[in-house]
Amino acid sequence: MATPTRRSRPVRTIVLLAILTILLPFGALLAGVNFDARSSDNPDGASLAPGLALDLQGGTQIILEPVTTDGSEITPEALDEAINVIRQRIDSSGVSEAEIAQQGEGNIVVGIPGEVDDETIALISKAAQMKFRPVLTYGAGTPTADPNASADPNASADPNAEATAAPSADATATPEPSASPSAVEEAPVVATDPSDLAQITAAVQAEYDALDCTNPENLKGGGGDDPAKVLVTCSEDGSLKYILGPVEVDGTDLTNASSGLRVGQNGVVTNTWAVNLEFNSEGTKAFRTTTERLQSLESPRNQFAITLDGLVLSAPSLDPGVIITDGRAEISGSFTRDSAATLANQLSFGSLPLTFDVHSQEQISATLGSEQLERGLVAGLIGLLLVVVYSLFQYRTLGLLTVSSLVIAGLMTYVSIALLSWGMGYRLSLPGVAGIIVAIGFTADSFIVYFERIRDELRDGRTLRVAVERGWDRARRTVLAAKAVNLISAVVLYYLAVGGVQGFAFTLGLTTIIDVAVVFWFTHPVMELISKVPFFRDGHAASGLSPERLRTSTGPRYVGAGRVATAAPAQDAPVEAEEQPEPVLAGIAPQSAPDGRRMTIAERRAAERRAQAAQADADENEEKH
Amino acid sequence: MAGRSFAQWGNDLYTGRRSYPIVPNRNRWFGVVGLLSVASILILGLQGLNLGIDFRGGSEFTVSGVSTTDQDIAVQAVQSVVPEDEPRVTTVGTDSVRVQTAQLTNEQTDQVQQALADAYGVDVATSVGSAYIGPTWGEGVAMRALWGVIVFVAVVAVFMALYFRAWRMSVAAIIALIADLLISAGVYAAVGWEVTPSTIIGFLTILGYSLYDKVVVFDKVRENTTAILEQGRSTYAERANLAVNQTLVRSINTGVVALLPVAGILFVGGFLLGAGTLRDISLSLFVGIAVGTASSIYLATPLEVWLREKEPKIAAHTKKVLESRAGLTADGAQDAVLAAAAAGAAQLVPGHHLGTAAQPKRRR
Repeated sequence: MATPTRRSRPVRTIVLLAILTILLPFGALLAGVNFDARSSDNPDGASLAPGLALDLQGGTQIILEPVTTDGSEITPEALDEAINVIRQRIDSSGVSEAEIAQQGEGNIVVGIPGEVDDETIALISKAAQMKFRPVLTYGAGTPTADPNASADPNASADPNAEATAAPSADATATPEPSASPSAVEEAPVVATDPSDLAQITAAVQAEYDALDCTNPENLKGGGGDDPAKVLVTCSEDGSLKYILGPVEVDGTDLTNASSGLRVGQNGVVTNTWAVNLEFNSEGTKAFRTTTERLQSLESPRNQFAITLDGLVLSAPSLDPGVIITDGRAEISGSFTRDSAATLANQLSFGSLPLTFDVHSQEQISATLGSEQLERGLVAGLIGLLLVVVYSLFQYRTLGLLTVSSLVIAGLMTYVSIALLSWGMGYRLSLPGVAGIIVAIGFTADSFIVYFERIRDELRDGRTLRVAVERGWDRARRTVLAAKAVNLISAVVLYYLAVGGVQGFAFTLGLTTIIDVAVVFWFTHPVMELISKVPFFRDGHAASGLSPERLRTSTGPRYVGAGRVATAAPAQDAPVEAEEQPEPVLAGIAPQSAPDGRRMTIAERRAAERRAQAAQADADENEEKH
Repeated sequence: MAGRSFAQWGNDLYTGRRSYPIVPNRNRWFGVVGLLSVASILILGLQGLNLGIDFRGGSEFTVSGVSTTDQDIAVQAVQSVVPEDEPRVTTVGTDSVRVQTAQLTNEQTDQVQQALADAYGVDVATSVGSAYIGPTWGEGVAMRALWGVIVFVAVVAVFMALYFRAWRMSVAAIIALIADLLISAGVYAAVGWEVTPSTIIGFLTILGYSLYDKVVVFDKVRENTTAILEQGRSTYAERANLAVNQTLVRSINTGVVALLPVAGILFVGGFLLGAGTLRDISLSLFVGIAVGTASSIYLATPLEVWLREKEPKIAAHTKKVLESRAGLTADGAQDAVLAAAAAGAAQLVPGHHLGTAAQPKRRR
């Protein structure tokens, strides 16, 4: 131990800490604030204030549990897609900054800031339904200029209206009976097949003309469409609008949807992406009839639309001459790898008979949360102040090191949370705040363990430099072992527990890591530095390291080089000490030289010889008598 | 001079000049813990935990900004809609009232909200909040938390057994941990506050803290007993007792520092400011940290010694030391030497070669 094998460079460590764990993250955060600032339309942006969870910001939290009606298993992909659908439903209903996340094994937590009415909840928790419907007609997603265009197709100047009106007029030539709007609603339309354009009654046409797919209100989907009736709807992205015939194949008949590179006719893998569909026997039969019929029809009626939640996901047309008999269909087109995978996921989700049970619905008022946070912070600050007072009382000037380490740890925690709320959408919740406040105790304990070890070494009579070195060696092991337990608890709880427990576990784990970093890269290097400062090195009374306070006041103490120091007797020796036996070194009881110093072996032998000689003289004298 | 005498006290504990017979008096501590545990079981069994709405399910209404916090108003308002219901009314802060009822239909909920608003003379849209909480949710959290605890305790037990290379240490820590949780739950039940998910989070933290503290104390025991079999001066129990005494100052300091912020939240936040969510978590934390710190000293270590003394090697060593000491006494050795050995003050660790690097070097 006398010569450290590795030279420690405390200054370098501290500077590295400052750069790596404080300046760099803080710089990143500042850059984030400048270039990707958080605002109402960019809720995931960076901000100097950490994102607050709903419990501190107010809102409504709805926990949904997906339930399959046929008892089949819910795959993670299906759950992801379900979350996407819910997000789409909420976002399109005009609520921004909604939090939708998977929780635990299969629950979906929906947190919506502000008040939520029953309609929204019904909208969110409704089942997603995928259906295959034949396309009757489609057009651009903007409303037709004149709402009356359908009544008088020729008067319309809008080319869209022309296009939409044309097929209905030409192909069947029998829209006349429904020309009177008043009769439409009640008069049952007798359609020969689902692609029959007779289904486009004047009312349907009016609805279609008025439909504006650029309005988000019309893109929330929500299903609820009558499978036996015509559906007027928009495509998912709002670019097109459709009139669709009755449902021909149910989404639940789809057994599998996957994306992959398209396999050409002679079995060669081509370079284009495609989505492959597989139907069950019922679906195969139904799909076959559909394709047989669609094959004979002109565009756009040779297309079938896949609707999810009433919105058109995709409306592929049949290649000429193809009749799908084996229940294996392939959708190809201008897919990229991602868009093909997305569509396949959407299709697999839609094919699940999935509904959502509202597990719990809780209104969290913002004022209550912020009040609680304020009070918690005030109370925590008072507690922290007491910690400062206590450590100054216990460790004197050394207590300042504890306080500054705590401040650094707090700073790092703050920056980490702000960064994490930017990077991965972490939001600070009330249990999280509690976790941070509790962490003060854990963090301070590392310093206490360390300082107590140093004091132990000083009590053994070592100099401060050696005491710091040896104390660190012993404290490091204890600190790491204890922090490992903390980290295990944080990780296990984070992965196994749910909700608030997770937020708590996350902050606990975060503060544990920060704590270790601070002890290793700040507290210890600073301790090494101040052990060279005369104030501490020489053990000033106010330094918290004074030998007088730390050494045994009575009894001998080995000080090296064969010498044992006997300290001055304590003035205020405790009462119990009288009953306690004095600690005595094993072996020969120490013999003191006249000046109080313990004698060396040679001196002791000389003294013994003198004593023997004196004894011999005395004996001789006795004999002479 | 208080600081000085505290430091002096620490010195005496470190050198063994002053020693509290914690390990020798272990039967007393086992008795105390046994009594407290039985009392906790009785309280939990007879009174039970006052499970909150999160675990039982129901509807909760919060009326804020009220001019009076008279609870009868709320009871009457709820009973005007649902006559058979016996609502629980709690005052939150100074100007809000929390009303908990059995599960209501949407219609009833709206009516109760309106009734409460009328009764307290506040606006229904802004001041009356309602929440529905399904009972299965709380059960779900509790089950998940229970699984988390079981897995966590198992993982930590394995970790401790590996780290200390003694499975008896991890067994002692786990038993002490269970006692901690039991006593904390007993105190919580005795206080009678509602158990909320925050309470559960608090108990989970106790788990982490309690084990953390035991690892720190046991690490000192491990350090003091590393070469225990290679010397014949003191027994395992004596060395362990010295370790507990030496970490006493650390335990007190850490306990105080960990308790101060929690106490701040509990007493300042909970009682003076009325922070409901923080009240639950801080009570469970306060009791848990205090119990956990105490049990590391009074329960875990004596228990660990008791278990370790059953280990054949340690048992043989203890016997040998005691015999040789008896022999010394018979030979009329100084009492002081024996007492010092028993207190473990004369800590002797056999020397060993430190390598050529430690040898003096010739000057160049």
